Parts: sequence; structure tokens; C-alpha cells
Amino acid sequence: MTANRFNFEQTIDIAWCPGCGNYAIRRALLAALEELGLEREKVVMVSGIGQAAKMPQYINAHFFNGLHGRALPPATAIKACNPDLTVIVESGDGDMYGEGGNHFLHATRRNPDITLFVHDNMIYGLTKGQASPTTRLGMKTPVQVEGVFEKPLNPMALAVSLDVPFVARASAADIDQTKEIMKRAILHRGFSLVDIFQPCVSFNKFNTFKWFKDNSYYLDDAYDPTDRVGAFRKALEEEPFPLGIIYLNNDRAPFEENLPVYRHDKRPLYQRDFPMEIIRDILKQKT
Amino acid sequence: MVWGKAVAHIIKEDLSVVLAGEAGQGIQTIEAILTRLLKRGGFNIFATKEYMSRVRGGVNSTEIRIASHKVSAFLDRIDILIPLNRESLPHLAYRTGENTLIIGEKDKIGAQGMLDVPFTKIGLELGNAIYANVVAVGMVAGLLGIDRTLCSDYTAEYFARQPEDVRLKNREAVTRGHEIGVNLARETIWIEIKRDPGIAGDIMITGGEAVALGALAGGCNYLCAYPMSPATSVLVNMADYSKRADIIVEQVEDEVGVVNMAIGAWYAGARAMASTSGGGFALMTEGISLAGAIETPLVVHVAQRPGPATGLPTRTEQGDLNLVLYAGHGVFPRIILAPRSIEDAFILSRKAFDLADKHQVPVFILTDQYLMDSYYNTPLFATEELRIGKYVTETKEDYARYRLTENGVSPRGIPGHGSGIVRVDSDEHDEGGFITEDFIETRNRMVEKRLRKFDAIREDIVTPILRGARDYKTLLIGWGSTFHALSEAMDRLDRKDVAMLHFSWLYPLPTGIREYLARAQTIVIIEGNATAQFGDQLKLATGVDIGNRILKYNGMPFSVEELVEKIRPYTVRS
Repeated sequence: MTANRFNFEQTIDIAWCPGCGNYAIRRALLAALEELGLEREKVVMVSGIGQAAKMPQYINAHFFNGLHGRALPPATAIKACNPDLTVIVESGDGDMYGEGGNHFLHATRRNPDITLFVHDNMIYGLTKGQASPTTRLGMKTPVQVEGVFEKPLNPMALAVSLDVPFVARASAADIDQTKEIMKRAILHRGFSLVDIFQPCVSFNKFNTFKWFKDNSYYLDDAYDPTDRVGAFRKALEEEPFPLGIIYLNNDRAPFEENLPVYRHDKRPLYQRDFPMEIIRDILKQKT
Repeated sequence: MVWGKAVAHIIKEDLSVVLAGEAGQGIQTIEAILTRLLKRGGFNIFATKEYMSRVRGGVNSTEIRIASHKVSAFLDRIDILIPLNRESLPHLAYRTGENTLIIGEKDKIGAQGMLDVPFTKIGLELGNAIYANVVAVGMVAGLLGIDRTLCSDYTAEYFARQPEDVRLKNREAVTRGHEIGVNLARETIWIEIKRDPGIAGDIMITGGEAVALGALAGGCNYLCAYPMSPATSVLVNMADYSKRADIIVEQVEDEVGVVNMAIGAWYAGARAMASTSGGGFALMTEGISLAGAIETPLVVHVAQRPGPATGLPTRTEQGDLNLVLYAGHGVFPRIILAPRSIEDAFILSRKAFDLADKHQVPVFILTDQYLMDSYYNTPLFATEELRIGKYVTETKEDYARYRLTENGVSPRGIPGHGSGIVRVDSDEHDEGGFITEDFIETRNRMVEKRLRKFDAIREDIVTPILRGARDYKTLLIGWGSTFHALSEAMDRLDRKDVAMLHFSWLYPLPTGIREYLARAQTIVIIEGNATAQFGDQLKLATGVDIGNRILKYNGMPFSVEELVEKIRPYTVRS
């Protein structure tokens, strides 16, 4: 790999399995960050728990590696307290759509200007191979011994239905295209979701690199992602799954821009001094 | 005017008026106008309310004490009861007696010996039954001899945002009520309460407002919460101040989100507070552990109400000390504060932010419904000397978030402030914040580093207040919101051998408590929970098992009278 300021100079110990799709996603992300010309000091990687959530450890930028399923609330707060920062959330299908499902729903309502990458391998990897919310029907696991009979969650359809202003799907099998989608997601003003297909070489013997390649296709240039109903129809397509930007809405103001705290003063919160006279004024009205 | 059985009543120094009615009948409006009017008239005021968990119906009541001297605690005694519905009488029967004068609409309330004042009829004469409430306000004000012009001017001021017609009708209603009150004072009820010109500059704020204002004074610029009684007032007050104070107030989807958002805000350089009650706090416990692990400061306000589970949603208890003390898996330091009064709620809520920032630990402000919803006049808080501590460091390129230091506190950088990189991880981590599984060295060093912070925390402890006899034989011990009721009970007992030791810093406990205990022949612990949770902590800290316990857990606050009665046997015996 060529010089990249988000890479570490020294060799790092990476906790992923050999052949894991996460390596490809990391390469795409490093390239996207570099090509966007972002400063390390202004990028914060936020994650919960899981193999995907270890990504921040391997990117040379700020990170907040918190609790399982809870990446979005701190990420929202970090951006709200300092809008100058680029905030990127790294998550997996279990972390985001399972444990963190409620935060995902409400992050879509708040629409913070943050980017969410979900490494979707349709399995729980770190806990050794149980079904995730996106595991395909019928797959047998040590827990789902009869095969999965709970309907898999469709993150794309869910996101379009919630008017997430940037909804895309990428595949770890294609680093270049994934990088391009990541760049557009980071640049998008508002909440952006990129669900990234990724094989789990240790625990998902069904949804392999080959399976993902055989069961996906890229949307062509004629596709209009700004048509929400059309996007929803597209999001419902499965096997083959569409890849690329499925939905785009450039008209939603991000959370931070709605906060009155930045209406007259653009400085991040940490740079401000609180005027104690305000307390005095409020108290005097209570006589 | 048709009088009921006329009785001559004499009330001196300290009058307890209770207004009761169903939710939605306007008790709060009466209370709001009356307390401010009486305070402007120069009377010392205390007010507290008890209410049911419903939006309409039931019985809610407000107690207003009007006194010559400062009063700050709940009384069972009711001198004048103004019931707005019939159900109020059985609801309050345990607090009323032959000395309780009931004033109201006899045909509606139907109590024996009550004074009949047709509030609704007068309201209807003015065009709407809704004016009945303000007639009642006027009556009490007239009874206390509040100037008629002050009465009508303040009422007009209170309704300033209403249409002119409504404003004028209310003004007339208060004047009609005032006339009735003046007549009652002349013919039936003799009240001797001195006015105190010294209180003109006093403020009146609830515990909920005091926590919110204290947090603001502590530099809180990010408040997140999910609404829950009795903590909601802090959220509402902060939202009210948010535009003027330029702070972020966010209602989050659930309490798990609340605590994680607050921690993220601190990480990014804000001073955040999560505010909730016991049930909501139970959801936050994993987040408390996260704050402990990543050493991000955090302030959590927990307004207690009776549990378990939904319990009594609108009532009071001191039952969540153990919850707050043991919340979160793993071992890490924390600080627990429990304000004893409105003033203390302001002081400690402010202090919580500097403590959290300085020691990089979670700090809890433990209040309860009684403190949240009570208020009394108190001198304007001094704010001139207040400063917000600066603990954030500008990072350099070699910055490591968890640098091992002698006192355990590593300089805290925030992203974007300096050239360093700030890495925090809920996994065990090395000095740089990277995941480690090195159990040979790093794990132990990090555990010990975090626990070393206790030493510096102990230097900041606010010691308990000792009040009463110096050479005490009986020592009463309490914490949090029971302070004023205990103080007044002690004053009433008027014994030369009784003292009280009252804690508003609950954890970690200071050294030297054993010496206080050793000087007493009899020790009594007084707590608003069923098992003396704080007594258990004292036993851990001192080895002394306090067997004498006055415990209350029915959802109501301790009253002054019941404390007098329950404490008395311990003083006689000693």
C-alpha cells in the first residue's frame, strides 16, 4: 500500500482471521480517507463491539470504542459537540441492527452528519457463529439448530423507509467501488449508511466471496437514487442484491444544523466560556 | 354569604394550608400564584406537593406553610384545608383533626363544620367556573392581610400573556376572594404571623430548578434525558434555559442512549449530564461501567422514587443508593452526592462537574421526588465567585490518553484540540488506548491506576454536618433530603443531649465517622427506605452496626411530627 497518513508506521497486530473481508474494507477506508484529504486530527472513528468494531484500532485517527450496539449515541454527541470533526461509525450487522437497533432508528430521525459503515457478514463472528439479524433463512448454526426461520432484516429497505438521506450498499469483494461509495458517504451532509457485504471465512460457509459476487450487481448510471419510491422498490430486491447508492436525499438538514447552539456561534462547545451572569439573571427572576 | 358552623380559630407563627383537588383542577396554578404573592407580602414560605400518577382525576394536594420564621420541611398538620373535590377529604383524613378548618363549597364537599365559601358560584358570576381557583387565591391572601392592590396587580402580572378579558376577570376574581378573606380574618380566624422584611430579596426555586441551575453553573452544556417522573423537571428546566445559555438539550430514545450520548459528549469536550429516575438509571448501568473504563467524566442525576419496577411513580423514597453505588460491572471509582436542601442541590450539582472532570469518574447527584418538588424562600445564591474548572489539556503529537501517573489521573485531551490523537477503548487498554490482553503487566497497572484516584477523591470530600448538642448522648444520622425535617424535629425536641450528623456526600465515605459514633450512647439512623442502605455503608466504613432505625418507605416524605414522635423514645432512654 502507498503512503497513507491514516496507516500506522509500525506493524500492528490485527485481530481478524486470515482472509477476512474486513481487510478489504480497511484498505478501502484507508484509501478513502487519504483521497478525501482529511486530517487525522479531525477524524473520529466510533464503534461498539464486534470484529468490525475493532476497525478504529487499526486506523490512525481518534477513536471512541464503546459498548456493544451503542456506537451511534456517542457518535451523534461527538459531532454535536464539535461539528468540525468528521465522525465515522464502524459496526457489524449484529452490533448495529441487533443490539443497537433502537439507536439506529432514532439516529435516522436525528440525522446527524456522520457516516455509518456496517460490515454485513450475515453472521455473528466474535461469538463464533450464531445467526445475526441479517442471516439468510434456513442457515443452520450451533444455536439455530433447525435453521433460521426468523425473517432477515433488510437494512436498505428499512433505511429508505426512514428517509436516511444516503443509503448505499457495497461489497468487500470490490475495494475500488467500496472506496468510492465510502468517499461519497463521508462527503454527504447528513446521516449516511453504507451496508458492506463481507464474507466471514470462519463462521459463514454459505455466504462466501463467490456467493456475494454471484448474488449482487451494480446499479447502472440510468438509476435515479433520488426517487424514494423507486429506491424502496430497488431496496426490496434480494438475490441478486443491488450495489451502489440506492437512495439519496439532499434536502434534509443535519442534526447539528438544527441545534440552536450553533445558530449564532459556530465554535465547538469546548472553545466556549459559560457566562455566569446568565445564572444570576435567571435567579433574580425567581425573587 | 352563608356561614357554616362558625368557629373562632387562632393561628400563630406558622400556618399550614393545604389545597387539594383532582388533577387538572388547577391546584398548581393556585399554588404558584399564592406562594409568590405571600412571599411578596413578606411571609416565609414553604411548599411541597404530592400527586397521583395520572393526568386527570384522583386527588393531588399541595401544602403551603406560611410562617414568621424560615420553614423548610413537610408537616402532617393541616390548619386550613381547601378541598376542591369531595375525594380530598378521605385522602387527607389521616392528617386532619378537630383543629383543621375546612373551607370550601359546602354543597360540593359536604364536610361537617366547614366554612362555606362558594368559589364556583363567584366564578360563574364572573362568567366561568374556572375563576373559582383565583377566588380561592384571593381568599387566602385576604386572610393573611395581603394588600389588596398587591393581590390584584400580581394576579394581572401572572396572567399577563392571557387576553385582556381573561386578565381582568382573574383580577376581579382575586379581589372578590380577597374581600371574603379579609372578612374571615375579622370575624372567624385570627392569624398572628409576623412579616419578615428581610426576605424581600429571597428567591424561591424547586429542587428541580436548583439541580438544573447548579448544573449550568458547573458548566453543563449538554443535557440528555428520557422523560421520567420525578426527574423530568430538570430536563424541562434545562430546555427552558437552553436558548439563553447556549446549551444542547436532547431528549433521547431511551436511557441506554442517554448515558452513551452523555459520555460521547464529554469525550468531545462538552460537560454533559444525564438525568433520570431509578428505573431509567437501571438501563444506564452498562454505560456507567463504560465511563469507569474509559475514564471519561460523567454526571448523572438520579431523582429517586419508590420501586421496585414502576413502584409509585410520583412519590418519594431514598431507595436507590445501593443501585447507584453498585451500578456497572467491574471495579472503578465513583462519587455519590445527595443534596440535603435546595441550596445544597445548587452547590453540589455545580460541584459534581468539577469533581467528574478533575478525577475522571462518574459522579452521581442523588435526589428524590420530595426535593425535586419542594421549595421555600432562601437568600439569592452567591454566584460572583463561581468559576468553571478547566481540566482539558491541549494534546501534543506524542499524546497517550492513559499515561500512567502517580495519582492515577492522566491528562485528558479531546479530539481536535491539539495535535495528538485521543483513543479510548472499553476493552482493557494500554497507555495509548489500544486494546491489550497483557495480563502480565498492563492489566494490573490499569486497574491500580484507576483505583489510585480514590486517594485524591478523598481529599475533596464534603464532610457531614453535625448539628445540635456538642455533648450529645443521642446521635441521629440521616442523608439527603431529610435534613430540614430532621432539623425541625430536633428543634422541637429541644434537648441538650441530642445531635444529628447529616451526610450529603455519601461515597466514598470520609474517615473519622467512627469518632462521631463513639461519642454517642444511642445512635439512630433515619432513612427513607426499608433496609437502611446508608446504615449498611456506615457499618462497612466503621464496623458499627446501627440497630436503631427509623425507616419510611410508603412513598411520602418524613414529616416533622412523625420524626419527633419516633425520635423521642431514643432520647428518653438515653
